[in-house]
Parts: sequence; structure tokens; C-alpha cells
Amino acid sequence: MMQLSALNQRRLQNFKNNRRGYYSFWIFSLLFFVSLFAEFIANDNPLYVNYKGGSYFPVFVSYPETAFGGDFETRTDYRDPFVQSLIEEDGEGFIIWTPIQYGPSTINLDLPSPAPSPPSAENWLGTDDQGRDVVARVLYGFRISVLFGLTLTLFSSVVGVAAGAVQGYFGGWIDLIFQRFIEVWNSVPYLYLLIIIASVIEPNFWILLCILLLFSWVALVGVVRAEFLRGRNFEYVLAARAMGVGNASIMFRHLLPNAMVATLTFMPFLLNASITTLTALDFLGFGLPPGSPSLGELLAQGKANLQAPWLGFAGFITIAVMLSLLIFVGEAVRDAFDPRKSIHAP
Amino acid sequence: MNDSPLLDVKDLSVHFRSEEGEVEAVRNVSFHVGRGETVGIVGESGSGKSVSALSILRLLPYPSAYHPSGEIHFEGSDLLNVAPKRLREIRGGRISMIFQEPMSSLNPLHTIERQIAEALVLHAGYGRNRARARVIELLDLVGIDNPVGRLKSYPHQLSGGQRQRVMIAMALVNEPKLLIADEPTTALDVTVQAQILRLLERLKREMDMSMLFISHDLGIIRTLAQRVYVMTEGRIVEEGTSERIFSEPKHPYTRHLISSEPSGKPPTPDPGAKPLVEVNDLKVWFPVRRGVLRRTVGHIKAVDGVSFSIRRGETLGLVGESGSGKTTLGLAMLRLLTSEGRIYFDGDDINAFRQSRIRALRARMQIVFQDPYGSLNPRLSVGEIIGEGLAVHARAERGSDAHTERICSALEEVGLDAQMRTRYPHEFSGGQRQRIAIARAIVLKPDFLVLDEPTSALDMSVQAQIIDLLRDLQDRYGLAYLFISHDLKVVRALANELLVMRGGKVMEQGAAKQVFSSPEMDYTRALMRAAFELEG
Repeated sequence: MMQLSALNQRRLQNFKNNRRGYYSFWIFSLLFFVSLFAEFIANDNPLYVNYKGGSYFPVFVSYPETAFGGDFETRTDYRDPFVQSLIEEDGEGFIIWTPIQYGPSTINLDLPSPAPSPPSAENWLGTDDQGRDVVARVLYGFRISVLFGLTLTLFSSVVGVAAGAVQGYFGGWIDLIFQRFIEVWNSVPYLYLLIIIASVIEPNFWILLCILLLFSWVALVGVVRAEFLRGRNFEYVLAARAMGVGNASIMFRHLLPNAMVATLTFMPFLLNASITTLTALDFLGFGLPPGSPSLGELLAQGKANLQAPWLGFAGFITIAVMLSLLIFVGEAVRDAFDPRKSIHAP
Repeated sequence: MNDSPLLDVKDLSVHFRSEEGEVEAVRNVSFHVGRGETVGIVGESGSGKSVSALSILRLLPYPSAYHPSGEIHFEGSDLLNVAPKRLREIRGGRISMIFQEPMSSLNPLHTIERQIAEALVLHAGYGRNRARARVIELLDLVGIDNPVGRLKSYPHQLSGGQRQRVMIAMALVNEPKLLIADEPTTALDVTVQAQILRLLERLKREMDMSMLFISHDLGIIRTLAQRVYVMTEGRIVEEGTSERIFSEPKHPYTRHLISSEPSGKPPTPDPGAKPLVEVNDLKVWFPVRRGVLRRTVGHIKAVDGVSFSIRRGETLGLVGESGSGKTTLGLAMLRLLTSEGRIYFDGDDINAFRQSRIRALRARMQIVFQDPYGSLNPRLSVGEIIGEGLAVHARAERGSDAHTERICSALEEVGLDAQMRTRYPHEFSGGQRQRIAIARAIVLKPDFLVLDEPTSALDMSVQAQIIDLLRDLQDRYGLAYLFISHDLKVVRALANELLVMRGGKVMEQGAAKQVFSSPEMDYTRALMRAAFELEG
């Protein structure tokens, strides 16, 4: 059991005292946790197949159709009625499906009406214009959005804190030149730059992450730089210098903890901004590769198919709930680190 | 009726509610101030003296502070139960207060005239011109030269002493009957301190006021007050005439307080010892830049051509008022500031060294800072703080036995328990924190220590202990000290050699004994007079 200092206990209490943010945190964590196991919820590969007494786990292993007495060496399409009948043929074999029998790219070939088709018992939120199940796409889209946002936030925090620390600690010319550079860098219209890059190379998750990282790291530089500028003249920093402690060590041990408060306060909002950027790019069609489940793409489809409002609604509500939850969490984190907030006696 | 005291405080208690529970700051205190009398309350920090004074005008942070018991009688009303309107009339009208820190007590955005006239216009309904005339009269009264010219000044344009005079002028606007002075001179230099005290005494006489004077400084209380209350831990332990208290203190605490004035003689160094540190024509000039091109138009000469040497086991006392460049000199000697000139350490000119060579040398020269709160990182444990330098220099891995052992022995060296190394700075008192800072400095077994006002932020009795500790360490290890202080009494107890600085230049330099007994320069004489005259 980790022992929290009195200060951190007070922060935790402040965080809990913001009821809205506290519940939002748990709801968001739950949603994210569930989405991490999306393969067990929405998948066109069944969880378990019993075929002629043998056990198969298609979620984990890809079996060729010949394993079930089929004709092809290719991956089994379990949704194929022919395959299903092969498996269940001897009366003993059976298939246990995930709750939703569609993966993010599974096309429902058995639609009652032309795609996009409205919500039904089979497709709870309907299908998109290519006949893919919207629930599955929202689930996977949410996961990739959050994962992308978290990764981008993490990397841009590391880069931003490092840059701000160096600027604030050394000050002088380094600071001056860096600041001017950041001002120029900030005024580069990155959306256009991205569009240009996207037309040359087809971005995937990591390429997109790197390109966005080029511009998102500046967000934290200001606050961290200010903390280091303030802190570098503290007497305990001077004392450490007098002791011959190296610069890197001083920055890590003495100054970074001070800057972490500002950084942590900023992070949920940074996460929000990252998710929004990805959604915007996907909406414009310059984001993740075509076909990957994404909330921005769902919104774009909703816009293109106004006769199918379930697309727009599903996309909008998912994004609105996700961003609102994160903003509430961010507010609670801000409260937690607010030194002016202390517990008042009831 | 005339026999009854002007202010009569009976059985006053003050408690604070806080997260950790109740704090009893003042416990059943009774005191009174007669007409035309000066009463002193003396005590160390945390004794409840300021809280008692603030509760007279109900200036505490109510409702988290409250009074479980007590009456405060002033001119027929009980101030603890008086109506808010009457209380406002009394505040600033009948009773005025001056505070310790004149910079933060004045509004930095208002001119001097506006600050003082505000009370006149609001309380007494003065017109503009009449108010101005009265402000000039008051500024003249508190001894500000050229009062007319000063009307449009802002607080930052005044010196500390002038600001305190403005504060006093503000307090006197409505000719109060009682003036409460809460450590009014603590933040000031000694010479200015003496002037302000003389001013207060004169004003009290001229305006027929009573004064309640709160201070930790026994010397001031002794010269100023007729009657003295001694407070500790929220209680008044002794009261009596100033003479009686100082000549025959009865309560053990009072005796302890009086005996803890810094005293004793510095240990005599070996006269044949070679100079360990030698400084030759050291200069620290900060460029003043103006204009768009930031051209250097001049320099602020913080340290301007200072030379001296310190032998092993010797203490050089560096004395001067604030702004004289003492601290700058100390930092420059350790190469924490860029300077010109030669600094010889054990024969090498370290001002010519590269950073990497300096770093290796840092184990041999250390510094102890004034503020024991700011100089320890609150996030590190005591052991980590002390061990930091060891990890750099002694090649003792953090967490190794040798590392821990040296930390423990350093803690024991400064009179602390080795078990304390796992605790954090906030759990310690000011004096203990300063001991930790000293432990951090000596753990590397340095030869030379810069002590930058190490006792100034501490209470008198703690001060004496730290001085004893420093003397003891010097004796044991033959340390050389550069002892920077504005407090001549402390310097007298420690220094063999003395160097008086003013405006970056050396005013006087020589053997401490000689400078103290027969100072040559006028400035030094003024400094000595201000410091020791208060002792009585």
C-alpha cells in the first residue's frame, strides 16, 4: 500500500469533492476499460467453436476453413451460413458468439434495406453506408480515439516538459531563441501542412502521431518554463549548485516536481485537444487510413447521408459524451491541485 | 476614572480552528496599558504576542479564530462585543497599528499622498487642499525630508525606513490615543531602526499617546518600554517594570531569554596558519541596459574591488546593511555568480577554473543560507537533502551503508538525532532546519563555509545555540568561515577579522577586536552606536 503524503491526501480529497468530475472519472475509466476488450464484445470471429468434439478459439487463433471441413485454405468466415452449417452439421458442434456479431469492418451482407440501413434487432444502431455495424464501429472508434489521444498526450508532455525545463532553467539566450522559435512554429497552419503530407504518404496511426506531435508539444512549454524560471533561484536550488550537483540532476530532483503540478493540471485538456484533432482530421478524410473505425469518419458519413440520422447521432453523442467526461475529469484534477482549495470543516 | 488604564485586557484567549484541530494561540492573558505609558510585550515567534495585539482591533481571521474567554476594555467599551460601526471608528481613529513589513502594508499603486489622505477624507471629511496640508504636516512630523516633493512618490521609490515613516504617518492621521506597534523595526537596518525608535518615542511624547510595543528584540524593549510583559506559549509568564525584569528576572523563561543574547569569544586560530582563501580586487558588476538595442549604459557595482584573506580556523565577519553587496560577495566567492578579480582557494585561482574543475572543488567550500525554510527542498527527506552532495563527490551510492553512515554522523554532529533522516523538512522548527542546512554543508567535510546570515531568521535563544554549534564545529575541524551578517552582536561573538561593507565597497577592515573597540570610519561608528546603544 502506497503511503500518500498529507498534501496528496488533501488533493485526492479535493478531487473526490468534485462529485461530477469524480463520477466522470469512473465512468470514463469503465468505458475505456470495456473498450480495451472490444474484441470480446463485437467481433465477427466467435469466442468459441466446438467442432467434432474439438475446441477452437477463433478470437485468438485464425483457422483456415479446411479445419471445419470447408474447401478454402483462407481464414474462416464464420458468418457464412455454409460454414455455420458445416460446424453444426453433426448436431454436436456449436458456436458461441460475442454479444455483437460484427467486427468494425464486417459488412452485413443480409441487409433488409439498402445501406445505410436503420437500427434493427440485428444492428442496434443501424449500419453505415457500406453496411458495417455502427455499434461495433463506435466501440472500436472510441478505443482508437482514446488510445491515440493518450499516446499523443504522453509524448507531447514528455517533449514539452523537457523543452520548457531547458528553457526555464538555463534562461538567457537559449530561452530567447527557443521562445522566438516557438512563436514561429505556433503560427504554422498545421492542418494544411497535414493535408499536404497526407496527400504524399498515406498516414497510419504512428505517422499521424508523429506529425501531430511536431505541433502539440508546445502546449506545455509555457507553464513548465515559468515554473523552472521561478524555481531556479530558490535557495535549495542554489544550495544544490553550491554542492556541485549537476544541472540535469537539479532539474530532475528539485525543479521537476514543482512543474508536475502544472503539467498534470493541463493533461486532461491536452488529451481532449488531441482527440478532437484526430476526429477533425478523420472527418476531413486526412486521418487514419480508410476503413479504420473512427468517430470522425462516422460523422462525415452522417453528414453525407442526412437521410440516415442514426449515423450522425451515434457519432455526435459518442464524441460529446467522451469529451464532456474528460472535461469534467480535467476540472476535478484542476481542483485537486488548487492550493487555495482546502477542506472546510463541515 | 482617570486612574483606570486606557486599555485593559482581561483573561483573553484566542483559539484557531484548522484542519488539524484546534490551536490555542493565546491562553488567558491579562495586560493593561496606562495613559501615556509604553508597554512592551516580548516573546519569541509563536509565543502569541502578535495574535494578542491583533485581537485588540479584532483583526484576526474570524471566524476560524475565536475567543473562548476575555474582555478588552477601551474607553468604556468592550472591544470584543462592540458594534461593527463603533469598532470601525476606533480602528485607525482611537487605536492605530503599525506593522513589520512596510512594503506589503502600503498599496504599491497609490501615491504617498493618496495613502495618507484616504483616512482624512473618509473619516474626518477633509477637503482636498486641507487634506494635502495635513499630509505635509504629518510627513514633516515623522521626519521625511522635503515632504512636498514626496507627495507624489510611490512606495517602491522610498527606502525601507522612509516607508516605515509613511506607515507611522498614516497611523497618526487621526491622532490616536493608543499606538500598537507590531515589530515595527524588525525588517529595517540597524541604523534606520534606531532612528525609527527615536521617532516613535518623540511622537509618543509630543502627541500624548500610549504605546503597546511588540518585539522579539530584548534590547529595543529594554530602552523603550516602561513596563514589560514576557510571553511564551500563549501565556504571560512575567510582568514588571523594564528595569526590574532585566536586572532581576524571576521566571526561568525570562532568565533563559536574557541569557541567550549572543555572547562568548571566537576561538583563536593558529597564527602561523596559511591563508586558505584569498580574494584580490573582486568585482561583481551587473550591467544596466537601456534602449532598443539593450546597450550597456552603466553598471550596478554590487561588489567593487574587495580584497581580503581568511586563514584556516579563522572567521571573517562581513558586516553591512541591506544592499551593501555582502550576499553577492559570498555567492561570487563560491563561483555561483560571475565575477572579475582573483579568488585563490588553497593556492589556486578558482576564478579562472572551468565549470568541471569547480564542481570537483565544491566539496571543499559550502554555503549555509539565511532562510531555513527556503533552503531545504520540501519534497525531499532530510537524509536525501544531506546525502545529495555525497552522491556527487564521495562516490557513495545512494542507499549504501557508507552513505547512510555519513548522513547519520553529520546529523549527530549538528546535534540532531540520526533517526530524523527519514522525516521531511516541514516537521522541523526553524532552528532544527538550520541545523539540517549546516549538516548538509559539513557532510562533505569542507574547509571553507560561507554563512549567509544563518541566524537572522531565528529566535534569540535558538540563535545562541546555532552560534555555539558553529563555534564548536570550527574548533573541531579548523573550518574557515565567511560569516555574513547585519547583526553586529552575532558577529562579535564569532568573528576574528571584520570587514565592513557599504554600497559594494569596503569601508573598514581589520582585526575584529580592534574595529569593535575603536572604529575609525564614521560609518562604522554609526553602525556600532545603533547596534549597541539599544542594548542599554
